Amino acid sequence: MKQPVFYGAGFPYREIGPLTGKLIVLEGNDGVGRSTQIKMLRRWLEAEGYAVSDTGLTRSTLTAKGIEEAKSGHTLGPLTLSLFYLADFADRLENLIIPALQAGFIVLSDRYFYSVIARDANRGVDKEWSRKLYGIALKPDLILYMKASVSTLVQRLIHGRGLNYWEAGMDLHLADNLYDSFIAYQTLLSKQFDELSEIYNFVPVDADQAVEPIFEEIKISILELLHNQLPKSKMPK
Amino acid sequence: MLKENTTKGKLIVVEGIDGSGKSTQIDLLYKWLQSQGYSVFFSEWNSSPLVKTTTKAAKKEKSFTPTTFSILHCTDFADRWENSIYPLLKAGAIVLADRYVYTAFARDVARGVDPEWVRNMYSFAIKPDVAFYFRVPLDIAVERITAARAKLKYYEAGMDLNLSENINESFKLFQGRILDEYDKMVDEFGLTLMDGTQLVKEQQKHVRNIVKRVLRGWEGLPNPNMPPKEQSKAKAKARNSGGEA
Repeated sequence: MKQPVFYGAGFPYREIGPLTGKLIVLEGNDGVGRSTQIKMLRRWLEAEGYAVSDTGLTRSTLTAKGIEEAKSGHTLGPLTLSLFYLADFADRLENLIIPALQAGFIVLSDRYFYSVIARDANRGVDKEWSRKLYGIALKPDLILYMKASVSTLVQRLIHGRGLNYWEAGMDLHLADNLYDSFIAYQTLLSKQFDELSEIYNFVPVDADQAVEPIFEEIKISILELLHNQLPKSKMPK
Repeated sequence: MLKENTTKGKLIVVEGIDGSGKSTQIDLLYKWLQSQGYSVFFSEWNSSPLVKTTTKAAKKEKSFTPTTFSILHCTDFADRWENSIYPLLKAGAIVLADRYVYTAFARDVARGVDPEWVRNMYSFAIKPDVAFYFRVPLDIAVERITAARAKLKYYEAGMDLNLSENINESFKLFQGRILDEYDKMVDEFGLTLMDGTQLVKEQQKHVRNIVKRVLRGWEGLPNPNMPPKEQSKAKAKARNSGGEA
């Protein structure tokens, strides 16, 4: 049991009370394998008797449609995009993540706000501004930073869902084709993540390995966290 | 906090609680500036086509929290900022805004959002050349609104705050909180205080005198729809009829 800790002011109008669950975040570049790991973690934790909930960017029903529409047009500016993502984040945090943590769930978050700051920084958005915006964010119990070389990302994506416009940062005009743009853009993103890693105390995970060894490495960090606190529950379902 | 205006344009905004008469005043100012041959544009709070579907749905379903309400109104502002207000100011136009960042600072803080946080969120915006704050006592504003409107809306009445079960009562309490926030901002941001209980005509005279002073000696973006001769004549007239020398 612990009182919630926010990076900034949080939600001053709301009495939150102690959070009995755990917030675990997986961060890292596009194609690094976060969602694969989250699926495996969920299965494992549930088998161990924990109640698990997961969340990820743009999954808020409040903003999902608006973001999709905005991204399909040509008039979306960097500040507007950034704020749309902030709205998505705030909605999920207040209405999903916090209630789940109050109820004792382990919440697995596929990205948190660090990815958004990293992406915005590459689009010229002021970093200080972004960081203060996320003063509403709850400090996670564990932030796992899946770190892989850009060549690993390319392999995984080409054999997976393919390269896409936004993940290649085509809006930044770094190159004239999807492949070169992807390489350039993800390299920039990695630099941003490395910087954020220092600021927010990420726990690095070697994601150049195969899926299983990555999973084992992540499990060790999570076990350490859970042994320290959370009692294996009486599933609050 | 807000950036100084280093563009060639001029930014003039009106603020005040619902029923303060600010929209009437800015509408009159807009028409007058147009008639004087200026390149003048108008931007209204909560009007971005890109954000509209999201806000509309959330209002209908009452699914806003004070924070998401605050963020989506800033998203709306950011879209108007990036696609219209800022480029127009850069081009040397006059931009008039019916409500500006101060509306968010007043409303969102009245809803319990952290004042520093919301001020940071809007810190990409430029400090207006004039920010008129039309102040009216709460009772007068409430009377104007309830007389003009068949039904108050859920969020405008602050019903999400559970101040009262009665919508009229809630509206009054919420507008009172907003009024307090506005009053606090007069000094913080150097708002130009206007007496919103005066006659519309009197207020407009006052508004124009202040705007004339701001525009004196300023050369903005020429308006191609006005013959050049007319333009200089109109501007000379505007300059000469300015308040004090």
